[in-house]
Amino acid sequence: MISMIQFSDVLAWIHQLLSSCMAPWLVFIIELVVASVAAVVALLVCVIIMVYMERKVAGHMQLRHGPNRVGWHGVCQLFADIIKLLLKECFTPTRADKLLFVVAPVLSLCVSLLALAPISWGPGLVLWNTNIGVLFVTAISSMGVIGILMAGWSSNNKYALMGAMRSGAQIVSYELSAGLSIVAIVALAGTLNTGGIIESQANGWWILKGHLPAFFAFIIYIIASTAECNRAPFDLAEAESELTAGYHTEYSGMQFGIFYLNEYINMGVVSMVASTLFLGGWQPFYLPFDFAWAHTFNDIMALKFMETWPAWISWVSLAWPLVWFFGKLFLIIFFMMWFRWTFPRLRIDQLLKLEWKYLLPLSIVNLVIIALLVVLGLHF
Amino acid sequence: MENPIVTPSELKTEEFVVNIGPQHPATHGVLRVEATLDGEIIKDVLPHLGYIHRGIEKMTESLGYKQSIFLTSRMDYLSAHINNHLCALAIEKAAQIEVPARAKAIRIIMDELQRLTSHELWWGSCAMDIGAVTPFFLAFRDRERILELFEQNTGNRLTMSYIIPGGVMNDIRPDFVPKLKELIKSIKDYRKEYDQLITGNFIFQHRTQGIGILSKEQAISLGCTGPTARASGLSCDIRKLYPYDGYEKLDFKEVIDYGCDNWARYVVRMEEMNQSIHIIEQLLDNMPTGEYRTKLKGVLKLPAGEYYQRVESARGELGVYIVSDGGAKPYRMKFRTPCYSNLGAVKPISVGMKIADLMANMATIDLVIPDMDR
Repeated sequence: MISMIQFSDVLAWIHQLLSSCMAPWLVFIIELVVASVAAVVALLVCVIIMVYMERKVAGHMQLRHGPNRVGWHGVCQLFADIIKLLLKECFTPTRADKLLFVVAPVLSLCVSLLALAPISWGPGLVLWNTNIGVLFVTAISSMGVIGILMAGWSSNNKYALMGAMRSGAQIVSYELSAGLSIVAIVALAGTLNTGGIIESQANGWWILKGHLPAFFAFIIYIIASTAECNRAPFDLAEAESELTAGYHTEYSGMQFGIFYLNEYINMGVVSMVASTLFLGGWQPFYLPFDFAWAHTFNDIMALKFMETWPAWISWVSLAWPLVWFFGKLFLIIFFMMWFRWTFPRLRIDQLLKLEWKYLLPLSIVNLVIIALLVVLGLHF
Repeated sequence: MENPIVTPSELKTEEFVVNIGPQHPATHGVLRVEATLDGEIIKDVLPHLGYIHRGIEKMTESLGYKQSIFLTSRMDYLSAHINNHLCALAIEKAAQIEVPARAKAIRIIMDELQRLTSHELWWGSCAMDIGAVTPFFLAFRDRERILELFEQNTGNRLTMSYIIPGGVMNDIRPDFVPKLKELIKSIKDYRKEYDQLITGNFIFQHRTQGIGILSKEQAISLGCTGPTARASGLSCDIRKLYPYDGYEKLDFKEVIDYGCDNWARYVVRMEEMNQSIHIIEQLLDNMPTGEYRTKLKGVLKLPAGEYYQRVESARGELGVYIVSDGGAKPYRMKFRTPCYSNLGAVKPISVGMKIADLMANMATIDLVIPDMDR
């Protein structure tokens, strides 16, 4: 894709256009606001699709149709629900800690949105191109537990408190193996920058190039991140059959809605990180083999045939990385939904045992093997 | 200088009481369980009853014997046929009424179908208490098929009141037998899905195996019955011990497991469903012809005396104790319901476990709250 239009070209062009007619500080502020809003809106659109997808996936797994009354195949169901949540009273329990109770959902929402900053959506399409990208995501996503703990503590409800404490233990534990799987890929790619990691996969995704250890790291990351998102089978924080609704038992109206939204944003962020690290982010599929048909396949995947086309058509190729990025995103999300609607819930001691006795030692061993691969240069 | 490190013995933790219920997703009804917890660990469990007490026993004293049948459907609403059967049997024994062979066969088919629906619903709700939502829908799909059959033949889906003293309310429809044969074929297919989804699931097995141990001695001393007791190795199937309406002529196994844990209770119920299918299949191939009920007088009077009758309901031994003073209404009608005695097992098997295990224990004991409270 040498001669074709890139996102970085488009962005540079917009930057030049703004700079030619405005003061630099104004350009900075406008770009900051527009880019942040664009990223959040893109994520919210993803969330809308995710919620609809979850309902349909759950429905079809449970011999139902899912929503099919509001709008075409029920696509407007979520909007109806949001309107309902907005109109409902945000009830605060009498003896709750009012300040913490109100701050908790907002804080967890802010934290999950912050993790979005270093995500690379397409070539050159990144909000904050920083050299600590993946580290930042790891650091921020472990802060989500603070919002949950605040919600559980301030609700003055025993179920909520238990749910929050469970969530604390769970997120702190699973953070470790999720982090170690990330480190494994960082060792292979040699950079923490999300764009850099994706570009290092131009000749094959890490899940294929990194042999079995990278595949194990992927599996461990998916398990650990499902647990970090408090998704079933690790949804102990809101285990509805034990704790009614766990940490958000006392929340109603849009405050509950924010927690609900938060779950999906977390899922989105986690899936984006997983696809960035293991599945090549916005890179199309690449066969790391030296056969004629593999070369042809890779050329088609890289849209080489469009180079000879007129320039105005090659604009279409801008969407190609996005198709791959969102395709991978929703594939991973589908797997997380599949887990949720198939598995029973783990018990708290089993959950911690799984992490400390199996996943953590495995990921440490895995990391050592990957380090050896990198040092000996055995990976592709 | 003082040592700033706090040792675990200095850390004081406090026990706290959580009222699980009367409105709680895990109690499947209005049971309140007062659980004393130390963090996640259960220290004490105290079930409270009475939230759905309707005074069924007292109401029977102002209704006649025949009318009482309709109240029994409301006791254990998941095995209404079996409750009706119990009442009908007790009255028939007291009034010495002969029941036609066809009625007996219909009664047993209905009882076993009822056991199937009950166990299917239990399977779904048990899986839901352990955290899997999807099985609930599969269970309802299969239960629905049987309920449709009930509706076609008895006019009702939940509180059938179909089995009455002297026989059954009306004859089965001509297409009942072929439809049931078809249904049994599909139930057998569905059973494979149950095993694929839950029985073989690693998490489910770890959540149930070795959890909620109820020893045989405990089961006897607490008066546990039904699958709960049979999973502790206690032989207590009324259909084998005190056969009624021709169970003695049928070939079926009393399912006993010696595991004593939640997994054993699960396995016993799953196998009981197979046995129910087996019983129905035997009857379907040679349905007796003839009358479906003996005509009784308008007002039924039982000779003065005391009568006791028991049947095997989906949850265990269901008994009725009738005291008659010779009149048209019972002097006293006391039900011995399986859920009430099985409820006693919740505390001994749950103390010391995690709170999630309490839900699993209550699920595998299969509590139906209106059956306890009456």
